[in-house]
Amino acid sequence: MRCAVIVFPGSNCDYDLYKAANYIEGIQAEYVWYTSKSLDGFDAILVPGGFSYGDALRAGALAARAPILKALQRAADSGTRVLGICNGFQILTECGLLPGALHRNSGLRFICRTVNLEVSNTATPFTSGYVGRTSTHVRLEIAHGEGNYTCDSDTLHKLEDNGQIVFRYSGDNPNGSVANIAGITNEAGNVLGMMPHPERAMADWMGSSDGRILFESMRD
Amino acid sequence: MLKGIVTVSLKQDVLDPQGQAVLHSLQTLGFPEAQNVRIGKSIEVWLEESDSQKAESRLKEMCEALLVNSVIEDYSFEIVED
Amino acid sequence: MHTDEPTPDQIHCKKVYKQMGLNDDEYSLVVELLGRRPNLTETGIFGVMWSEHCSYKNSKLLLSRFPVDGPKVLQGPGEGAGVVDIGDGYAVVFKVESHNHPSAIEPYQGAATGVGGILRDIFSMGARPVAVLNSLRFGPLSDSEADKKIISRTRYLFGNVVAGIAGYGNCIGVPTVGGEVCFDECYTGNPLVNVMGVGILRHDQLQHGRAEGIGNSVIYVGLATGRDGIHGATFASEELNEESDAKRTAVQVGDPFMGKLLIEACLEVYESGAIYSVQDMGAAGLTCSSTEMADKGGVGMELNLNLVPQRAENMSAYEIMLSESQERMLFVTNPGREEEVFAIFKKWNVPAVAVGHVIEEQVLRLKHHGEKVAELPLNTVCGASPVYQRESKMPQEVVERQQQTAITWSVPENLQIVFQQLIQTPELASKSWVYQQYDCMVRTSTSVRPGSDAGVVRVEGTDKALAMSIDGNSRYVFLDPKTGGKIAVAEAARNVVCSGARPLAITDGLNFGNPEKPEIFWQLEQAVSGMAETCNFLKLPVTGGNVSLYNETEGEAIYPTPVVGVVGLIENNDHTTTQFFQNSGDVLLLLGDTKNELGGSSYQQMQLGKITGMPPKLDLDKEQTLQQTLLEIIHSGIVISAHDLSQGGLAVALLTSCTENYGILVNWEIDLRPDIALFSESQSRILLSISPDNTELVEVVMQKKGVPCARIGKVVSSGTSGSNCGGSTGCFDISLNGTPVIQAELNPLRELWKNAIGREMEISV
Repeated sequence: MRCAVIVFPGSNCDYDLYKAANYIEGIQAEYVWYTSKSLDGFDAILVPGGFSYGDALRAGALAARAPILKALQRAADSGTRVLGICNGFQILTECGLLPGALHRNSGLRFICRTVNLEVSNTATPFTSGYVGRTSTHVRLEIAHGEGNYTCDSDTLHKLEDNGQIVFRYSGDNPNGSVANIAGITNEAGNVLGMMPHPERAMADWMGSSDGRILFESMRD
Repeated sequence: MLKGIVTVSLKQDVLDPQGQAVLHSLQTLGFPEAQNVRIGKSIEVWLEESDSQKAESRLKEMCEALLVNSVIEDYSFEIVED
Repeated sequence: MHTDEPTPDQIHCKKVYKQMGLNDDEYSLVVELLGRRPNLTETGIFGVMWSEHCSYKNSKLLLSRFPVDGPKVLQGPGEGAGVVDIGDGYAVVFKVESHNHPSAIEPYQGAATGVGGILRDIFSMGARPVAVLNSLRFGPLSDSEADKKIISRTRYLFGNVVAGIAGYGNCIGVPTVGGEVCFDECYTGNPLVNVMGVGILRHDQLQHGRAEGIGNSVIYVGLATGRDGIHGATFASEELNEESDAKRTAVQVGDPFMGKLLIEACLEVYESGAIYSVQDMGAAGLTCSSTEMADKGGVGMELNLNLVPQRAENMSAYEIMLSESQERMLFVTNPGREEEVFAIFKKWNVPAVAVGHVIEEQVLRLKHHGEKVAELPLNTVCGASPVYQRESKMPQEVVERQQQTAITWSVPENLQIVFQQLIQTPELASKSWVYQQYDCMVRTSTSVRPGSDAGVVRVEGTDKALAMSIDGNSRYVFLDPKTGGKIAVAEAARNVVCSGARPLAITDGLNFGNPEKPEIFWQLEQAVSGMAETCNFLKLPVTGGNVSLYNETEGEAIYPTPVVGVVGLIENNDHTTTQFFQNSGDVLLLLGDTKNELGGSSYQQMQLGKITGMPPKLDLDKEQTLQQTLLEIIHSGIVISAHDLSQGGLAVALLTSCTENYGILVNWEIDLRPDIALFSESQSRILLSISPDNTELVEVVMQKKGVPCARIGKVVSSGTSGSNCGGSTGCFDISLNGTPVIQAELNPLRELWKNAIGREMEISV
C-alpha cells in the first residue's frame, strides 16, 4: 500500500506519521509537498498534525486552500482513504471534506495527555481491527489547543444516524467536544478526521501501541 | 485606496469559552453589569480599487473563500477610504 | 547619519553612553581604544557587546574555574552551544539560556522568544532540536498577607510564561520533555525563565560560526528587522524598576511558524554544503553575530545596511544593528554557491539576502545610504571589554542565619495533616497543570515524559537514548552558596543517573543579583566554586551556559539561583528507568543516610514561612559512589524504579513514585524524630523498588560499596487491602518504628497533590 504524507509549511507531525506508516509491514509512505498538483497512484493519503501556516486566521484554514487540496478532494471523491490527524482533522473540516468545525478547547489551554477512547464504529476501513476490544482499552494521546468539535444539531443527528462518529472520548471530555466526539468520517466512510494521535502510539515504549491497529486496519 | 474592515464573530449559538472567561474576570474585577461577552476578530484588507461597490462584492467573496468559516462564524464589513 | 542623532561630542558631553549600558570608565576605554569619540551606532555596538550578557565581564574570572574539557567534548563554551560525542557518529548539542527580564515585562512573548532563542542556538550548530526543558521561578501563587494585586500579577506571569513556552514550543514542533517550577517570595518582582535546548547531530553536520574566505558573501536569513528589542542585551543586564514597564518596546515578539521554516530550511542548507559558517542573531542581533563571526575567523566584515530587510520605515543604522527582532540568522557562504542557498530558502519561503561580504581588514565596516556609518576594529569590540574582579564580602546576616537552629518547633500532633498541606504547596504539588500544556511527544522519540526525574528521548538509528534534566534549589544556595552550588550539580547528575544514564556534561544558568554589591558577588563566587568543585570531582565538563545578573527589584535581590541542565547517555534503551512503581510486592529500598537536615527544606519553609540554618551537607565521595553503584545495578537490569530524594524528603518521594494503580506500605526503623524522618532533605539518597527475588542481591552490592541501604516497605496495588487502608482507592501507609504516622487512601491523596496548582489558579484572589 502506497501512502502519501502531505507536508504543509508548519506541519510538524509529518515525520511522525511517515515513521508510523512505514513501521507497518506492507505500507510504504512518501512525503508529498503541499504545492504538488497530483496524488495519483496513492492508495491512502495522510494529513498530518502540527501548525500548518502557524494556525493563522483559523487552525487549518490556509492549508485547506493550498494547491494540493484539489488533488486531495479528487482522491477523496474517488474513494481513496484519507486520514487527517489533529491539524489534519482541522484541515479536512476547513476544506469541507468533513462536516463541522474545531474550535478552541473549552478550558482555553493547550492539552497534551493520554485519553481513553471508545471506538463507536468498528465497521470502517480505519477501525476494523478494533473489533472485540474493550472500548476503554484504546488509549491515545491528544495534543491540541483547538479540538473542540462543533456542528449544528442536524449535522450531529446525521453523524449519529450514519455511524460517522468513530471515536468518542470516554470518561472525561478534555476539550468540550459535542457528543464527546474525537473522530468522524465522511458519509462515504473513506475520510477520517481525528484529534488523538495514533502515530504516537505504535509501541509499548511510547506508552501505548493502540495506534498501530488503526494503520493495520487501513492496510487490510 | 479603499480599506475593507471585516468583523468576524462566533455564531450566536456557538459557545465562546474565551468570552465566558473574560466575562468571569470582568465580574470579579467589579463589573457586575457585564452580562455577556463574545470575542470576535477584526480583519483589515487594503484594496487597490476605487469603486466601492466592486470592492464590496470582492470583499464578500474573500470572506466566503477564506476569511470566515461559515460553520461557526458570522461576519459583517464596511468599506472606508484610506 | 540620522539628523536627530546625537553627535559623538554630544554623546561624550551629555553622557548618552550611559543609556546604552556603558559607564564612564568603559566609555573612556572605548575612546582610548578607537583614538576618537564613537558615533551613536558605534557607541550602541560597544554598549551591547560589553554588556554582561555578551562579554561576561563580571563573571568571566569565576567561570574560568569550571572544567570545560573532556574526552567526549567536541565543542566547549564559545559557540552557540556545547557539543558532546555520544558514539555511533552522533553528538548531542545543548545549552541553557535565560529570558528573565523580558518575561517580567511581557511574560508570553518573553518566554516564547526564550524558547526560540535557545532553539536557534541549537540548530545554528547544525543539530536537529529534539527537546526543550525549562526552569521557572515565580512569587507565591497565594498568600493571605500579600497584596491581592501582587498575587494576581504573579498568577498572570506564571500563566502566561507557561502559555508562551507552550505557544512557541508546540508550534515549532519540539517536545518539552521536562523542567521544574518553584515559587518563593524572592521572585515576586523578578521571575526567572531559563530554557534549555537539546539537539542531535551527526559529527559531519557540525557547523561553526567562524567567518572566513575574503570576498565570501554574508547572507541575512529570516524575518525582516523591526524596532523590537533594541538594547535587549543591555536591558537584560540591568535591575528592574518602575521604569521597566515603560520600556515595553524592548520586548521582542516571536514567530514560531517562521522558526519552524527556518529550522527545516537551515538543516537543508547545511546538507547542501553551500555555506561556510552560521550564527544565530540572538541577543544584540546583527551586531553580535557579525562581529563575533568575523572575530572568530580572524577576518573583517563589511555590511550594507540598506540591503538588510526592514519591517519599519526609516530605520537608522543604530536601530538596524541593535534590533533584536526574532527568527533571524547570519550565514557566510562558500564561494559561488549563493544561488543554491537562495533556492533552498525560497522553497521554504524564508527570506534570504546578501548584505555584505568578508573582508581582510579585521574591522566591522557598516555602510548606510552610501556612507560609512561605522568602522570598528574587531579586537576592540570583542574581547576588549574590561573584566571585573568585583569585591566580595560574606554578609553578616548569612553568618547569623547559619547559626540559627533549623528546627524550632515540636513534633506536630498529626503528621498526616502536615503531609497533606505540604503536598499541596505549589512547589511540591504535581506540575501536571504546567506540563500538560506542553506537547511532550511530537517527533515520537520521547520515552519518558515530564513528571519523572528526567525526560528521556531516544536517539534514532541507535539503541541509545538521552536523559535530560534541569534543576536547582536556590534555598540551599541562599543559606550557604558553596554547599548549594555543590548540591545543584550533584542533584542534576543524580536525576539522570536515576533514569539509567551516565551524565555527560552540564550547562549552567547563573541567575544572581547585582554583582557590584559585594554580598551578591560573594554569593556568585561561592556558588560557582561549589559547582566547579563538584564538576571536577564528578568529571562533568561545563560545555556552555548563561549568566543573568542584576535580578533585583527595587534593590532586593532574588535568592542566588544557579540552575543546572544536564544530559546523560543511556547506552541501551532497555536501561531506561523511571521513578514509578510497577509491580505489587516489589521491595522498597532507601539508599543513603537520612540525617537531621531541615535547613532550607520545604517543610521548614512551610512551618516557619522562612528558611534558616545550614542546608543539607554533601559528601562528594559518597555521592559519586552512590551514583556509580546505582548505574551498575540499573545496567544489570534489576531496578524497577529509581527516584532521587529531594524537596519534601522521603514522604514526598514515596508519593511521587506511586501511580493510580500502585501505593505503598512502609515501616521504617529509624532513629529520628518522625517529622524529620519523613521530610529531611539529606542529600545522596535514592528510593528504589526491586523485585523480592533481587532484593538481597542489591543489598549485597550496596554493602560492598558502603552505600547505606534500608528495606523500608513494599509496593501494594490498589485493590489490595493494606493494614488499615487500601481497597479500590489504594493505600499510602507509612509507619515509623512500628507506629503509624500516615495512613491514607492513595488516590484521594494523589488528587490533592495532582490538582493543587490548578485549584490555586482557578480560585479568585
